[in-house]
Amino acid sequence: MDVQTLTFLIVGATFLLYIAIAIWARAGSTNDFYVAGGGVHPVANGMATAADWMSAASFISMAGLISFMGYDGTVYLLGWTGGYVLLALCLAPYLRKFGKFTVPDFIGDRYYSQAARTVAVICAIFVCFTYVAGQMRGVGVVFSRFLEVDIVTGVVIGMGVVFFYAVLGGMKGITYTQVAQYCVLIFAYMVPAIFISIMMTGHVLPQAGFGGMLSDGTYLLDKLDGLSVELGFAEYTAGTKSTIDVFFITAALMVGTAGLPHVIVRFFTVPKVRDARKSAGWALLFIALLYTTAPAIATFARVNMIDTINGADGRGTAHAEAPSWISNWEETGLIQWEDKNGDGKMFYSGDERNEMTVDRDIMVLANPEIANLPAWVIALVAAGGVAAALSTSAGLLLVISTSISHDLLKRNLMPRITEKQELLYARSAAAVAVCIAGYLGVNPPGFVAQVVAFAFGLAASSFFPAIIMGIFSKRMNKEGAIAGMLTGILFTAAYIVYFKFIDPAANTAEHWWFGISPEGIGTLGMVINFVVAIAVAKVTREAPGDVQEMVESIRFPQGAGQASAH
Amino acid sequence: MSFASGPQAASYWKENLRLLFSLLCVWFVVSFGCGILLVDELNQIRMGGFKLGFWFAQQGAIYVFLLLIVVYVYKMNQLDKKYGVYEEDDSGSAPMENATAADDAQLNRGQ
Repeated sequence: MDVQTLTFLIVGATFLLYIAIAIWARAGSTNDFYVAGGGVHPVANGMATAADWMSAASFISMAGLISFMGYDGTVYLLGWTGGYVLLALCLAPYLRKFGKFTVPDFIGDRYYSQAARTVAVICAIFVCFTYVAGQMRGVGVVFSRFLEVDIVTGVVIGMGVVFFYAVLGGMKGITYTQVAQYCVLIFAYMVPAIFISIMMTGHVLPQAGFGGMLSDGTYLLDKLDGLSVELGFAEYTAGTKSTIDVFFITAALMVGTAGLPHVIVRFFTVPKVRDARKSAGWALLFIALLYTTAPAIATFARVNMIDTINGADGRGTAHAEAPSWISNWEETGLIQWEDKNGDGKMFYSGDERNEMTVDRDIMVLANPEIANLPAWVIALVAAGGVAAALSTSAGLLLVISTSISHDLLKRNLMPRITEKQELLYARSAAAVAVCIAGYLGVNPPGFVAQVVAFAFGLAASSFFPAIIMGIFSKRMNKEGAIAGMLTGILFTAAYIVYFKFIDPAANTAEHWWFGISPEGIGTLGMVINFVVAIAVAKVTREAPGDVQEMVESIRFPQGAGQASAH
Repeated sequence: MSFASGPQAASYWKENLRLLFSLLCVWFVVSFGCGILLVDELNQIRMGGFKLGFWFAQQGAIYVFLLLIVVYVYKMNQLDKKYGVYEEDDSGSAPMENATAADDAQLNRGQ
């Protein structure tokens, strides 16, 4: 069977599985729709969190980005795992004890204010849309390569599937499909990694193969450092970003992780406070499996790619003899070759000799082909990429629809709607959100991982400080929290918009404030949020007594009721 | 379903914060310390095929993160038991089938 047919079969089979689960786990109540009835086992919740978390950016783009960035790719690896420590220690148990449906719920009640709730809703919707656009793009890339349809059709198909199970199943449907999607995506990620690790270094574990020795007796990383320098790139293990930029980007991603509404809401679905703590641990374990493999894949892929394009002698491979993966990806426009010196040979380097344009997003998808793995592995990777994109999109769309139906309508504008009406609004909001996300997926503002990176800056500068102060400071009042959230997110958004859209030409280190790139500015936004909130709270009245008592009560686990709308 | 006394609640919270603080220090040292700020110094040391700083940045810190959460869960369960606020298995959990019962559940506000 050829790759095309196999891919259709495997991707089709996983779709059937997701749809079957969605029908089995359809939501009957708003409680089901928002927090899966609050009865999800911590291990299952950990898996669902991991799938929710690991987006198309993690699965498709991250290893590719690292493979082009070398040490600089650390920002993604540390940033997207370290946040779970913050989440487990500082947020998840307390928010679970609080026991409502959404993050704006917490902000609204803790800061006893509809205005605070509304600000939180707007921040949540803004963050989620930024993030979901990247996912749809990822679905499009997978479809265009493996099912040979164009990116627009790919996005439409992806939207259709997400639409089906997010609208039907709500959080309950999403949670159990995500468990299945985690299994698909981690299997699809590990199989090629293990194959390639054994082929290149003889180690079964990619994490060990990463530091392993090649057949010619040099260490993999040393060889790559050598190759990189020879071809005019920076040394792979050294990178090019300044230390301050790496520091700020990593911090923005970590704090952003802990502030992302679709991640936080997952900890509302477990029965107990100690389950919320444990669940964060499981989630990180499942995530770490992929995140410790990704940098290994990045190095394997880079060495393989350079060897294939430049040939064993390092002088270039004739284009006519190029392996089939090059021509396959050339058809999608994601690999381009321009024969500058007219010798008919391809050559890849970091200086003027370079003749290749290789899109970073394809590295994981092309990896099995580059390493000549069997056709079913290639098909599996396609299914994994789709699973990663779908699971994250669904989680995000749920937050968007919940924000609108629950936080905006039920708790704010139309408090008298019945549960049935609320559920209908939730479903309609999810439907509209899917369409907008699809539009953004077709017209994306950048690389998948970069788009996603901005969502973190925005989450870091808005939610994280408000939630942390809501738990750890009894005095923090609504004036402080609202002022903090607004200045934080506006500052961050303005900085990003300025450098990315208004004046992209100025997007270089010498124009950045303190050398911090737009990707890392969320950290500064967060600091500003904290400072403004504390300053404003100092000059205004402290939080009322009953709110302070509520803060007291979320600080210890006993007596956590079911997540509740009342 | 609460602490025996106010001072007890305060000392539970204090112990909790102390644990949090020490774990977050380790978190900061392995990621921002070893992986970013001190990476060049640590890269002078080799561990097999890895430079140590690079290893911390792309592998080691993640393993430590995992360990930190494990320690946190274990210590917090101990702390909960010590102060009598540990959640027993039969309280607070409801199977999926009874999900709608949640609508009757009250939030323990101000208890």
